[in-house]
Amino acid sequence: MKPVDFRYSRPGTIPEAIELLNEGAGGAKIMAGGQSLGPMLNLRLAQPEQIVDITAIPALTMVTEERDAVVFGACITHAAFEDGRVPDPANGFLRRVAGGIAYRAVRNRGTIGGSLVHADPAADWITTLTALDAELIVATAQGERRVALEAFMMMAFGVHLDDGEFLAGIRIRKFSPAARFGYYKFCRKRGEFAEAMAAVVIDPALNIYRGVIGATQSRPLVLDDIRDLLRGGGESSAPNGAALARARDRVADLGIDDDPITDAMHGNAFARALEQVIA
Amino acid sequence: MNERANVGIGARLPRKEDDRLMRGRGLFVGDISMPGLQDVAFLRSPLAHGRIVSVDVPEDCAGRVFTSADMAGVKPIRAVSGLPGFKPSSQPPLATGTVRFAGELVAMCVDENRAQAEDLVSRVNVDIEALPVLADTGTAQAVDAVRVHEDWADNIYLETKIEKGDRAVLDNAAIKVEREIRLSRQCMAPLEGKGTVAWWDSRLDQLVVYTSTQLPHMMRTGLAECLGLEERQIHVVAPDVGGAFGFKCILQPEEVCIAWLAMTRRRPFRWLEDRREHLVAAANTREHHYRITGYADAEGRLLGIEADVAVDVGAYSVWPFSACLESAQIASILPGPYVMPYYACRTVSVATNKPPFTPYRGVARTGVCFAIELIVDAIAREAGREPSQVRLDNLVRPEQMPFTNITGKLFDSGDYPESVRKAVEAIDLPALRARQGSAGDDGRLLGIGFATYCEQAAHGTTVYSGWGIPMVPGFEQATARVTPDGGLELRIGVHSHGQGMETSMAQVANEILGIDPAQINLVHGDTALTPYSTGTWGSRSMVMAGGAVSRACEIIAERAKVIGAHLLQSSPDQVTVSDGKVMAAGGSVTFAEIANAWYKRPETLPADVAPEGLEVTAGYKPKVDSGTFSYATHAAVVAVDPEFGAVDILDYVVVEDGGTLVNPLIVDGQILGGVAQGIGTALYEESPYNADGQPLASTFMDYIIPGPCEVPDIRIVHMETPSPFTAHGVKGIGEGGAIAPPAAIANAINDALRPLGAEVATTPVTPHRLLSAIAEARAKAAGAVAQ
Repeated sequence: MKPVDFRYSRPGTIPEAIELLNEGAGGAKIMAGGQSLGPMLNLRLAQPEQIVDITAIPALTMVTEERDAVVFGACITHAAFEDGRVPDPANGFLRRVAGGIAYRAVRNRGTIGGSLVHADPAADWITTLTALDAELIVATAQGERRVALEAFMMMAFGVHLDDGEFLAGIRIRKFSPAARFGYYKFCRKRGEFAEAMAAVVIDPALNIYRGVIGATQSRPLVLDDIRDLLRGGGESSAPNGAALARARDRVADLGIDDDPITDAMHGNAFARALEQVIA
Repeated sequence: MNERANVGIGARLPRKEDDRLMRGRGLFVGDISMPGLQDVAFLRSPLAHGRIVSVDVPEDCAGRVFTSADMAGVKPIRAVSGLPGFKPSSQPPLATGTVRFAGELVAMCVDENRAQAEDLVSRVNVDIEALPVLADTGTAQAVDAVRVHEDWADNIYLETKIEKGDRAVLDNAAIKVEREIRLSRQCMAPLEGKGTVAWWDSRLDQLVVYTSTQLPHMMRTGLAECLGLEERQIHVVAPDVGGAFGFKCILQPEEVCIAWLAMTRRRPFRWLEDRREHLVAAANTREHHYRITGYADAEGRLLGIEADVAVDVGAYSVWPFSACLESAQIASILPGPYVMPYYACRTVSVATNKPPFTPYRGVARTGVCFAIELIVDAIAREAGREPSQVRLDNLVRPEQMPFTNITGKLFDSGDYPESVRKAVEAIDLPALRARQGSAGDDGRLLGIGFATYCEQAAHGTTVYSGWGIPMVPGFEQATARVTPDGGLELRIGVHSHGQGMETSMAQVANEILGIDPAQINLVHGDTALTPYSTGTWGSRSMVMAGGAVSRACEIIAERAKVIGAHLLQSSPDQVTVSDGKVMAAGGSVTFAEIANAWYKRPETLPADVAPEGLEVTAGYKPKVDSGTFSYATHAAVVAVDPEFGAVDILDYVVVEDGGTLVNPLIVDGQILGGVAQGIGTALYEESPYNADGQPLASTFMDYIIPGPCEVPDIRIVHMETPSPFTAHGVKGIGEGGAIAPPAAIANAINDALRPLGAEVATTPVTPHRLLSAIAEARAKAAGAVAQ
C-alpha cells in the first residue's frame, strides 16, 4: 500500500506549525517521528491532505530544568532517553522504559510526544508517564495550555487536542532519591506492543503511592493509593508473597477486560511491577 | 604435488551467491525498471462470499481499469487431479459473477506508479450482494451449507479413505488416547513478496514474464493454458527470488493478469505484492484439524492409529499442486517413521470462503508430525515411560532398511533410533529430569520435548503419476558446457531461492571434473536458457538436478579424456580426470587447453573425437524414484511462565540424517531457517478469520513472526547415511527444519504442564491458548475435588 497524495511541510517554529494546521483545517496532520503515522499512511488508514512535520522545531527537542521538574520537548526521541542524552527526573526510570520501546530503529525516530498523542493503550510512555503523573504542555494559537496526562488521553487512540493544537512538551516532576519505580510488561515477542503492562511509583517523601495498569482496551487504569498493597496483611514483617497475591487478585478482579484470562494477566503484570518496589 | 582443500562434495564452502546478495547487489523482480513501465494495483473483494452486482468505473478511468469482462477469452486457472471423486475448481483471474474469499481480485487498475494505481482502485465502486460465508470446515460440511462452487453437490474437493491391517489388534489395547489436534491457518511470509513484470518482445514475438517463482517452466505452461498462447511464445525468467517456501510454486491470478496486460497492450506492466496482500490473500497454509486416536499396549508399543482429518483448502484448487496434495499426503504419511500393525485414516479437503491453501515448506509433514508426535507423547504419559524410550520402541530399526511401511512408503536407509539416542544425549535428558524434580528457581515450569519424523523428498514419477495433477516429474536434465577458456557453465531447470545451488551444484561438478567452483557458473531460472524442469519443490533439487549435473559432467569427462589423451599422446583409457585436468602418466593438460583445442584449434583434434563436443545435456532419475527419506529427531527445552503463558526456548537440538551432504554449511543454514519457521508455526504465526471470513491479521503487528530474540541458538548434530538409490547418496533435506518444531515444542510445553494436568494441542501455542489450557485443567481438578 502507498499513501494518498499529500503536502508535506517541515516548519521551524511553533507559530508556523500552528498556522499550517489552521490552514489545513481538519485535513492537516502532525508528524512527530512517524513511527505509527507512517504505517497508517501506507495502509491509507490516515489520508491527510497536509503533513506538518514538527521535528525540525528547535523548541520541541529542548530540555528545560525547573526547580522541581524537567520539561521535555515533545520531539525528543526514545533513543535520546535510552542513551542518557537527556536528564532523568525519575532516577533512571525513563531511561529504562525507553530502552524497552519497540526496536532501536523505532526508538531512533519515534518521539515521546508522538507516542503520547497516538495514544495506543499498550504504548510504554502512556502507562509509565501516567504513573509519573506527567503534565502536558499543549501549544495553542493563544500560547499554551497545560493538562495532566490522565485527563489528556480520553480513550484508545483518542486524546484531548482541539483543531490547531499540538503537544509541545511533557513536564515530569523530580522524584526524591528514595523513590522506587516498578514496571513490567509482557509482549508476545520482543519489541511488540504489550499484552499486559503495569507501572508502580512509590515516593514517600512526595506522598506518592501510585499504580497504573496499561494495555487495556482504553485509558490506563490508575490506582491512586496502593499503600495497603505494600504490606503483607497489614504487617510489615509478612512475606511479600501474600502482598503480591492480594495485589494480583485486586487487579484481576477489577474486570478491566471481558476476558478472565486477560484480567489475570493484568493482575500478574501489576504484581510483578509491585514486586520490583517491595523486594 | 600440493594437496588442495576439498571443494567438492562434503566441503563446507561459503555460498558463492552471498557475495552479491549480502551486498545488496541481487536482482529481484522489484529491481527491474524500464521505460514506460506501468504499475498495477488490484481492487480486491471486501466480502468473503457474494455476487457481484456491478463494478462501476468512472468514465475518465477508461483504459486504465480492467475487469473480467475485458479479459474475455482468458481461461480460468484450473488445477485438476486424477484422484477418484476430485472436484476441480475454476478460478478466473478476475472474479466473474461470484467472489469466494475476501481479497479475491475483482478489478485491476493501471497507472504510472503504485500510489496512483491505488488512487484509481479507491475510485472504482464495486457492489457485491452478500452470500452466507463458510469460514471453517465444520460449517462448510453442514448438509445445508451454501456451496462455495454453485454446481457442486457439497463443499468437498476430495475425500480419501485408507485402512491397513486387521482392526482386531486394537481390541486388547491397554492404552487408548484420543485427541483433537489443530494447526491454525498461517502464512509463509518470505522476505520478498510475489512480484511480476511482463512485456512483449516484438523482435522475438514473445511474451516475456519476469516473475518471482520456483517453477519457471511450469509457469510458462500455466500462462500458455490461461492466455491461449503456445509455449514457444512465452519466455519466463525467475531472477533472484527472496524466499519462496512453496508459495512461489503457485500460478497466481495476478501473474495471469499482468501477462495478459503485456500481451494485449504490448507495454511493460508490473505488480509487486505488498505485505498486506500477502498476509490476507495469498499464502494461506497449514490448517489441519485432526480427530485422532492412538492405541498401544501397556508399554506404549503402537498397535494402531485411527484418524479423521479435515483440511481447510479455501476457495480454489491451486495450480499445479491442486487442492488434494495436502490431504493425500496426510493419509499416506501420518504413520510417520513408526511401525504399527493397524492404520486407518479418512481425509477431507474442504472448500471454504478463505484464500486458497498453498503447500508450505514441510507440506503436510509439519501437521502430520504435530499430530502423531503429540499422540506418541500422550501414550508415553499413559504408559508412565520416557517419551524418548517409547519412540525407540516404535521406530523402524536400521536392520529393517530398506523398509516398506504400512502405507507402502519405501524408507531407503538410516538408523532412526540412533537419532533419538543422540538427541537424548545432546540435550542431556537425565540432567534436565533432575532439574525438573528440584524446586523451581523462578516460578517457571521446565519441559523437554522430542519429535522424530522422516521426510520423503525428491519423489518422482511413480508417486505423482497416481495423482493426475498438472505436474508429474520425470527425468531431470542438466546441461554442462565447457567454455572456450576452460571454465564451466551448468544449466538447470530448477531454481534457487535461498538453497545455495550456485555453490552446491558447482561442488558436484567439481567432484567429477575437479574444476574450481569459482570457475563454474550456474544458469537457472530461465525457460530460454535451461532444460525443462518441473522446478524446485519437494526438496528435490539436490537429488534430481544434482544427479543430472553429475551425469552431464561424467559425459564431459569422457569427451575431455579423448581430446586430452590425444594432446598428451596417450589413449583415453590411460588417462584420468581430476583437479581440472586430464592426467596421463607423463603429464597433464588443463581444461583450458582441451577447450582451446575444441573451440579454436580443431585441426589438433583426434579423428575419433565426439562431434557433440564439450557441451552435454544429460538426464537423470534415481534408480528408485519413490523418494529419499531424510529423518531427524528434534529436542526442545522450554520454560513456561504459567502467569503469562509465555514460552521461552532454552535449548534446541536437531539430529538430522540427510544422506551424503554436498555442503554441510548450506545444510546447516537450511535447518536453521526451517527451525525458525517451525518456531513461528509452534508459537507465533496465525492468520485468524472471523465468522464473516474476514482476515484478522493483515499486518506484521497482528501476524507475528519470530525475530532474532525468539529463535535460540540451535545445535545441529549430523548423521550421514547415504541413500542407496541416488547419485552420491544424497537425500533431500530442504524442508526438514520446518517439520518438527511445532511437535517438539508442544511436547516440551505439555511436559512442563504435566504437574498442572494441562495439555495443549493447537498451533500456535499462544499465551491465551496456554493459559486457557491451565484454567481448564484447574477447573477440572476443582470439579473433581468438589465431587
